[in-house]
Amino acid sequence: MLPELPVTCHSLLVTYFIMLKLENIRTSYGRIEAVKGISLEVGRGEIVCLIGSNGAGKSTTLMTISGVLAPAGGTIYFEGNETRGLPAHKIVSMGISQVPEGRRIFPKLTVRENLEMGAFLRGKGQGAGGKGDFASQLDYVFSLFPVLHERQKQLGGTLSGGEQQMLAIGRALMSQPRLLLLDEPSLGLAPIIVGKIFRTIRDLNAGGLTILLVEQNAKAALRLSHRGYVMESGTITGEGPGNELLSDPHIKKAYLGE
Amino acid sequence: MLLQQIINGLTVGGVYALIALGYTLVYGILELINFAHGEIYMIGAYLGIIFLGIFTASGLTQYSLFLSLFLTFIMSVIVCSAYGFTVEKLAYKPLRNAPRLNPLISAIGVSIFLQNYVMLTQGATDKVFPHVLPVTTVKFLDVTMTSLQIFIIIASILLMAGLHVFIMKTKTGKAMRAVAQDKVMASLMGINIDRIISVTFIIGSGLAAVAGLMVAMYYGLVNYSIGYIAGIKAFTAAVLGGIGSIPGAMIGGFVLGLIESLGASYLSSEYKDAYAFIVLIVILLIKPTGLLGKSEGQKP
Ligand SMILES: Nc1ncnc2c1ncn2[C@@H]1O[C@H](COP(=O)(O)OP(=O)(O)OP(=O)(O)O)[C@@H](O)[C@H]1O
Ligand SMILES: [Mg+2]
Repeated sequence: MLPELPVTCHSLLVTYFIMLKLENIRTSYGRIEAVKGISLEVGRGEIVCLIGSNGAGKSTTLMTISGVLAPAGGTIYFEGNETRGLPAHKIVSMGISQVPEGRRIFPKLTVRENLEMGAFLRGKGQGAGGKGDFASQLDYVFSLFPVLHERQKQLGGTLSGGEQQMLAIGRALMSQPRLLLLDEPSLGLAPIIVGKIFRTIRDLNAGGLTILLVEQNAKAALRLSHRGYVMESGTITGEGPGNELLSDPHIKKAYLGE
Repeated sequence: MLLQQIINGLTVGGVYALIALGYTLVYGILELINFAHGEIYMIGAYLGIIFLGIFTASGLTQYSLFLSLFLTFIMSVIVCSAYGFTVEKLAYKPLRNAPRLNPLISAIGVSIFLQNYVMLTQGATDKVFPHVLPVTTVKFLDVTMTSLQIFIIIASILLMAGLHVFIMKTKTGKAMRAVAQDKVMASLMGINIDRIISVTFIIGSGLAAVAGLMVAMYYGLVNYSIGYIAGIKAFTAAVLGGIGSIPGAMIGGFVLGLIESLGASYLSSEYKDAYAFIVLIVILLIKPTGLLGKSEGQKP
């Protein structure tokens, strides 16, 4: 795919373009292997989606990338650095942020405190990574989701499902990540809110954010994404550009209900 | 008479509340009843005697009683926090992913170990708190308050107010609440869970040290076994308020202190220690979640 170049130059380019690379990752819960040696890549600036039915191992994959689950084997590279074995809080500091399945808002923290937690590593001090940084990022999140601004003082647990999803995304953005992992952001939301969330995802990507999106809503996800992977019981069974997967007969039958 | 008993009740209640906070903070984050917490309090009382002894022998107390007491408090808090920190690292952290019963048993083991450790190093007989405090009393209506009682009540309220501000307003305090609510999510925010747990043990142990020191000053005697009964009473206070709830532990401590003091004077002082257990049993029967606990407190 890349032009013929001297080897070092080539590898530099690969490191630059391939932001996240999983090689043969295996993750188990006790004796049950949920992810059985998968490999995938996310290029800088891409939206890549991971689709698959319930229990395929999509959430497990994201939790492994984030360092919450330790893989039993394989390697993960983020921007050329190996991240496997690092604790979750270190991986956040490298620039990967996750919006987990079920949103997991801190119910007894206010909306604003939830956002402050998102910026935990940014701090509120002065200078680089300091106060100005926090305030401007907060303004940015409020500009994406004005409803969060109105609800700042409300407890997170009292928000509606759609508002919680917006808060979850806003919170993940507070750390100013370069890679955003989204786990089923449309789950259980009214179509109008889903539309808003998907538009936000596209806008974020247009602004330069790389996104790995897990979705049940395969059609919408594939339309939005540059590329997609199909996951079935712990393995990757298909991959390709979004529109190619959309027209694949097997995928049409299994995931698009056609 | 009534007012007098209320003052006495608030004095011990403040001490119970300070210890109860240590139980509740740790429970809120680890869902562990730290049975060794009473022993940390007991060590705090001994440290008070040891440090004040050193400062008195070196002449500091004679030079300035205030400075000497102040340094005694500071040193006891620091050393006790170090004990709490170390206990967590050695006895609980290795069991972080073990079944819930295991750290509980480990806690009981630490409790027994610390009691024996203090008995062997400090002796099995009572230790006397150095007689350096001037006893001044304040008379007000029918009530006699010692300056020490006033100090204990005010100090415990100030510490609780300080803790409240810390938990509600500071970044670390907010992170502690986040960790208590959802550890995985907190780690996805970049919060180092192990550090927050350590901070929790350090704060809880520091408060227990102050409580131990104040009790040593108040009763004048310290023994290696005082942590046991105080621990159970403070645990009762924490359950009474709703374990895991910080305001609950504060209120529970004062309520328990008042019940004990009023019970001792109006019912029978022989059963003074039994009131706490009666209260514990009654709460567990009627409202196991405590005064301020949420009914959906049990996590899946
Ligand atoms: N904590 C756990 N303990 C044991 N097994 C688990 C655990 N979490 C997930 N699993 C199992 O691992 C497999 C993969 O689960 P995972 O949550 O990754 O699937 P998923 O693709 O995200 O599914 P869904 O679309 O329903 O969210 C499933 O068989 C599931 O039962
Ligand atoms: Mg999932």
